[in-house]
Amino acid sequence: MTRPLLTCKQLIDFLDGYVEEELSADERAEFDRHLALCPPCIAYLESYRATVRLGRSALAPSEEEAPNDVPEALVHAILAARRRSGA
Amino acid sequence: MEARAADEQDEAADARLLADLRAGDDAAYERLVRRYGARLLATARRLLRHEEDARDAVQDAFLQAFRGLDRFQGDARLSTWLHRIVVNAALMKLRTRRRKPESSIEELLPRFLEDGHMAEAAAPWRDGTDAALEREETRELVRRGIDRLPESYRTVLVLRDLEELDTAETSALLGIGTDAVKTRLHRARQALRQILDPHLRSGSLP
Repeated sequence: MTRPLLTCKQLIDFLDGYVEEELSADERAEFDRHLALCPPCIAYLESYRATVRLGRSALAPSEEEAPNDVPEALVHAILAARRRSGA
Repeated sequence: MEARAADEQDEAADARLLADLRAGDDAAYERLVRRYGARLLATARRLLRHEEDARDAVQDAFLQAFRGLDRFQGDARLSTWLHRIVVNAALMKLRTRRRKPESSIEELLPRFLEDGHMAEAAAPWRDGTDAALEREETRELVRRGIDRLPESYRTVLVLRDLEELDTAETSALLGIGTDAVKTRLHRARQALRQILDPHLRSGSLP
């Protein structure tokens, strides 16, 4: 007897495991069976993945911020604090 | 090949820098700060969202690093070691900072009907969502979205998805269980997805 399909809630509650590929082969198959029949859950999955990519890129330093751009005042503050602390 | 050559050059430069630091060469401290300061500051800014606090955390991190140089073993990369130190310094700062009462994340999580269906069916996002990122306004939209997350969720999202710490490291740094890290990360991503959804679903204006 085939097991009942996962609900959308069950799928979405454990979607991180699916995305991170932490599910067992059986669990993964259950997810895929639901996804094959449920366009809203596919849309959710794709937008969840896009969210992770967007978050990563949005907070990465942009091209205008040169990677070696450390404020001069900070460099001096750190070196002065070192002299004071005798580190 | 090119990337590997650059990596090897980096490691050689780090090794020289470490040798100079251990020999007590004063100028080497400044070289270390100039070499890694910007990267450490970027991490501190992501976690603290407050320029002065971020600079303080970077300063604390370098002072700790200077004092801990003898303990630095060559088995980790210098960049990785410094990154962990600044993350820790920023988290310390976050803990001591006066906390605003945290808003609830519940309203940003998907809702379900009793039968387990989504209360509002998710719709696909526009094609080219990723290409849109090249536009500063989309990056800004995403950054503002991340800023709307309650702090304990935002911190986990930044540590896991941006600073690329693993679940165990994040759990140790925050003093919470690995299950709590996973739950918070999943909810933070769901909430961010919910915030971005009206702007990015197909049919919305690009």
